[in-house]
Amino acid sequence: MMKRIGKVIAASALFAGLLAGCGTSSGQSGSQNGDTIKIGVNLELSGGVASYGTGINKGVQLAVEEINAAGGIDGKEIELISVDNKSDGQEATSGAIKLTDQDKVAAIIGAATSGNTIAQVEIANDKKTVLITPSGTSMVVTVNEKGKLNDYAFRTTFIDPFQGTVAANFAINELGVKTAAVYGDNASDYAKGLGAAFIETFEAAGGKIVKEESYIAKDTDFRSTLTRIKSAEPEFVYIPGYYEEVGLIVKQARELGIDVPLMGGDGWDSPTMVDLAGADALNNTFVTAAYSDEDPDPIIQNFVEAFKEKNKEAPDGFSALGYDTVYLLKDAIERAGSTDSTKIKDALEQTKDFPLVTGALSIDENHNPIKSATILEYVDGQMKFNSKVNPE
Amino acid sequence: MEWIQQLVNGISLGSIYALIALGYTMVYGIIKLINFAHGDVFMVGSFVGFYSIVGLGLDFFTALVLAMIFCAIFGVLIERIAYKRLRNATRIAALITAIGVSLLIENGFIFTWGPQPKAFPDIIANGSFEILGAKISIKSILILSISITLMVILQFIVHKTKIGKAMRAVSHDNEAARLMGINVDNTISATFAIGSALAGAAGVIFGLYYTKIDPLMGIIPGIKAFVAAVLGGIGIIPGAMVGGLVLGVIETFVNASGFSLWRDAAAFVILILILIFRPNGIFGKNTREKV
Repeated sequence: MMKRIGKVIAASALFAGLLAGCGTSSGQSGSQNGDTIKIGVNLELSGGVASYGTGINKGVQLAVEEINAAGGIDGKEIELISVDNKSDGQEATSGAIKLTDQDKVAAIIGAATSGNTIAQVEIANDKKTVLITPSGTSMVVTVNEKGKLNDYAFRTTFIDPFQGTVAANFAINELGVKTAAVYGDNASDYAKGLGAAFIETFEAAGGKIVKEESYIAKDTDFRSTLTRIKSAEPEFVYIPGYYEEVGLIVKQARELGIDVPLMGGDGWDSPTMVDLAGADALNNTFVTAAYSDEDPDPIIQNFVEAFKEKNKEAPDGFSALGYDTVYLLKDAIERAGSTDSTKIKDALEQTKDFPLVTGALSIDENHNPIKSATILEYVDGQMKFNSKVNPE
Repeated sequence: MEWIQQLVNGISLGSIYALIALGYTMVYGIIKLINFAHGDVFMVGSFVGFYSIVGLGLDFFTALVLAMIFCAIFGVLIERIAYKRLRNATRIAALITAIGVSLLIENGFIFTWGPQPKAFPDIIANGSFEILGAKISIKSILILSISITLMVILQFIVHKTKIGKAMRAVSHDNEAARLMGINVDNTISATFAIGSALAGAAGVIFGLYYTKIDPLMGIIPGIKAFVAAVLGGIGIIPGAMVGGLVLGVIETFVNASGFSLWRDAAAFVILILILIFRPNGIFGKNTREKV
């Protein structure tokens, strides 16, 4: 099924690409007069994951408007040059080539998914142009398979294993538990990454993992494994996975009398989660997320208010990350004192405790951000802001 | 007492397998066809239950009956449209048709209603009570009692009614039954109707117990039920019940001993072992091939 949808999308993207190709060459912006800073945006504005890309784009637009209204960066306005990669890797690559060769942008923001970002990484390295993905979580974006750093690739969101670390710290420090069980999807890298990081941090902090179990995606009966977990009597169960199974796991766990706190990552975040698990079962469960629009922190509330005024809707996590990416870039350009890409890259690498909507951010040696994560708690089927956890 | 809890888990799962397996075994018994579309009838039953509760606001038992009636008609339609004209064709042709029907139902359903999973409403109170340290939910008891009731009714139909007698006669010798004045076509249709109604009931129960229903949900339980039917001895009604329960309990205990990723494999290892060492199943008689 997915394959077929993929084909249809690929075919329509190809066709749309032919049409769009006629338009873009004439739309070349020739303002080379040096009083604007050009930033390329290469996002999924249409296609399969358009909701991610458009969310980011709204955040980016808002941030640029704010910066330009406040006088730009060192007196220069930001000029956004947008490319729609149509949720397709090849389109993302050709978009990156256009932005670097033709528009000579100072930096590229995008793409939303790891795959479409990886499709641009080679171009960014070749042309020595900074590439920042707001939401791509795969390790390979910044460090390739051989373990070599992609010099010009950065990201604004935290990497997957970080959520596991945050969850372990939260369990030990805030909930005060000593023993935990881990029950994760055995086939997804996402869940395995979260689970491994949780176990490592939890044990390092003196906690004890009393049971480690895994399930197969698409399964519906988790009762027997949950019974095993129950008899190990953990004080906390960590369940990294996606909502389709986690919803059922939470429900069945509660039915079997596992009343301890349950926790997972952003894979839990879906309205369907509440339908599957039921609002009651979800009480006393926690989720790690990049951001919450209920966070009372003024930097977040200002963003939420400005966003609502412009877009007439509440911002999602993607919008917040898009917004932050622009400010991250602005900060680096200011510190570099230049739009020279190599200098921007060096400045980005030096980013330290820079306050952003999705938490104060530092860039580590692998170009991954170290930042705080937000803990959300389900209360009667609603996700409520619980607390903010700083790394370490 | 962990193992009591696991036994309850296993019996609940097993009674769903048993209900589906009954349809497999009855159809096989009467026309020697493995009806691979049976798992999809189960899925349809689940969705009929879902829509009658969510859409029509019916209570659980009315929804259950409605799903059974709908599936009975659906099963007869499948038989009349797809299998009837193949009655004298080779068995492999009928088998391939059954797989085709299965794919048609699944993808037709996805095409019409979309592939997203739906959450079955929680309309039975989530109560539970403790026996010997095991927490037994009202739902498990409900599932077990509905399954047992349906199986008792089935035994009654097969052994005490005229149509049951006809079914047994047709399954014993199709031609001779026809010579005795039994309407073979109607008897076969009745078999499909009863088997499909049981699958429909299993679908609704499954939805209640496991919450998540989607258009492809019938595939794995369908295959497991097939294994259960073979385990008990295909074509033999008590065999399907016992086979289903045994399979459910075995799967649960494989899971319970820490091999959760081997659970599905266990079902198929059982299938292979049964086919090698006792192809007629637990209840099967060693009949010699007639020349």
